[in-house]
Amino acid sequence: MESNFLPSDYFPIVLQLLAAIGFVGLTMLATHLVGPKRKTKDKLETFECGIEQQGDARAPISIKYFLVAILFVLFDVEVIFMYPWAVNFREMGMQGLMEMFVFIGLLLAGFVYIIKKGALDWE
Amino acid sequence: MTFYIISISLLAFVAIYALMGVWAERKISALIQDRVGPVETGKFGLLQTFADIIKLLQKEDIVPTTADKVLFTLAPVLVFTSVFMGFAVLPFSPAYISSNINIGLFYFMAIISIEVVGILMAGWASNNKYAFLGSIRSIAQIIAYEIPAGIAVLSAVMIYQSLNLQEIAFQQGIYAKSDIYFFGFWKVNTVGGFLSWGVFQAPHLFVAAIIYFIASLAEANRTPFDIPEAESELVAGFHVEYSGFKFGALFLAEYAMMFLTSMVLVILFFGAWYSPLPNIAKVQLAEWTNGTYWGIFWILLKTLLIVVLQIWIRWTLPRFRADQLMNFCWKVLIPVSFACLFISAFWKLIVL
Repeated sequence: MESNFLPSDYFPIVLQLLAAIGFVGLTMLATHLVGPKRKTKDKLETFECGIEQQGDARAPISIKYFLVAILFVLFDVEVIFMYPWAVNFREMGMQGLMEMFVFIGLLLAGFVYIIKKGALDWE
Repeated sequence: MTFYIISISLLAFVAIYALMGVWAERKISALIQDRVGPVETGKFGLLQTFADIIKLLQKEDIVPTTADKVLFTLAPVLVFTSVFMGFAVLPFSPAYISSNINIGLFYFMAIISIEVVGILMAGWASNNKYAFLGSIRSIAQIIAYEIPAGIAVLSAVMIYQSLNLQEIAFQQGIYAKSDIYFFGFWKVNTVGGFLSWGVFQAPHLFVAAIIYFIASLAEANRTPFDIPEAESELVAGFHVEYSGFKFGALFLAEYAMMFLTSMVLVILFFGAWYSPLPNIAKVQLAEWTNGTYWGIFWILLKTLLIVVLQIWIRWTLPRFRADQLMNFCWKVLIPVSFACLFISAFWKLIVL
């Protein structure tokens, strides 16, 4: 199923982008201009269940989140490599399949190592 | 120039769908909890959410003094835009698709990931402890569940051999150009109906569909994956500080996201815009119930059924803990989705 795709096929996406930004942007601007403006010191304070604000929200967070983020980068890049292969792997036949499986196998070995190392154990 | 009309009508559709979705959610939750739900405004309370949105539009636009004002304003725009742009590549029927591009599915996976940046911006810019914690949790959850979702989608792509969503849709019924088999042994090109849907083309695709469904719940921050906005501990998660239409935009994006992921699930696994009725001998049900307008009807029906399923799950299951969530993703969903991928490869090379 070879078909030619032109850059103009992407034009509706640009249109969609403009429509979305235009809609949200204009409505936000309009409600900002039309809506009431009664600013008091207490109202503009950060919400903290009614008590005085204690310090800042720019606090350190658990290192586990960074681990998840880094592992995501690894695995998602792997998945991106697999998209072109998944569309064409039939033409590449058994050899292409084996090559890809070696690649996936190496990454899965890393995945097993991560699990054994306990990087994903949240207490 | 049909795509002008489609782009603009999609915007109207998303807005109206989101309003009706909120109404449906309130009515279904009421049904499940043995209440009546909204009844005052309009027939069956149908106008309740319209009244709510009009109220929301009149509200004061509050920006906290400690917030990062630029990012705080930009975040709802980014979240809504990324979700809405995902609609550009979805086929609504054999003739109605906004942008028929050959990397449609890849574009879809890429564009809805941008929502994560918007959520981080919202949580960070609010400078509020609840918002910050909520956004961090939300991001960890969305990016973790993107991996099984991506691999489950890939195992379907390997069966269809295409990333164009319209082409994938065509391959699941009577208009298919290539041969399709029911579980690999019965040629169903002329039978059509539900027998030729993606989930019945290979036995493991049903597992892949379930994985994608679970991951899509997590990506839309729906229960049981709603620790980002766990109202009993984090008040409302990353949108605590938002008010007025900024909150409205985030809300629209959340409901649009539910529809978007359900629709991709339908397109990939449940026959897209094909009718579920097969041809039986002389009774050519599939021939009679397929076409442009039937297509729109079927895909909306199937998608809305899955949205109702999502709502039903929200009011049935309790919330996961953060560690259960991560364990489930990394130790169950990812290995199972890789297994689906391997089966897909062998299925396509050996069985077919």
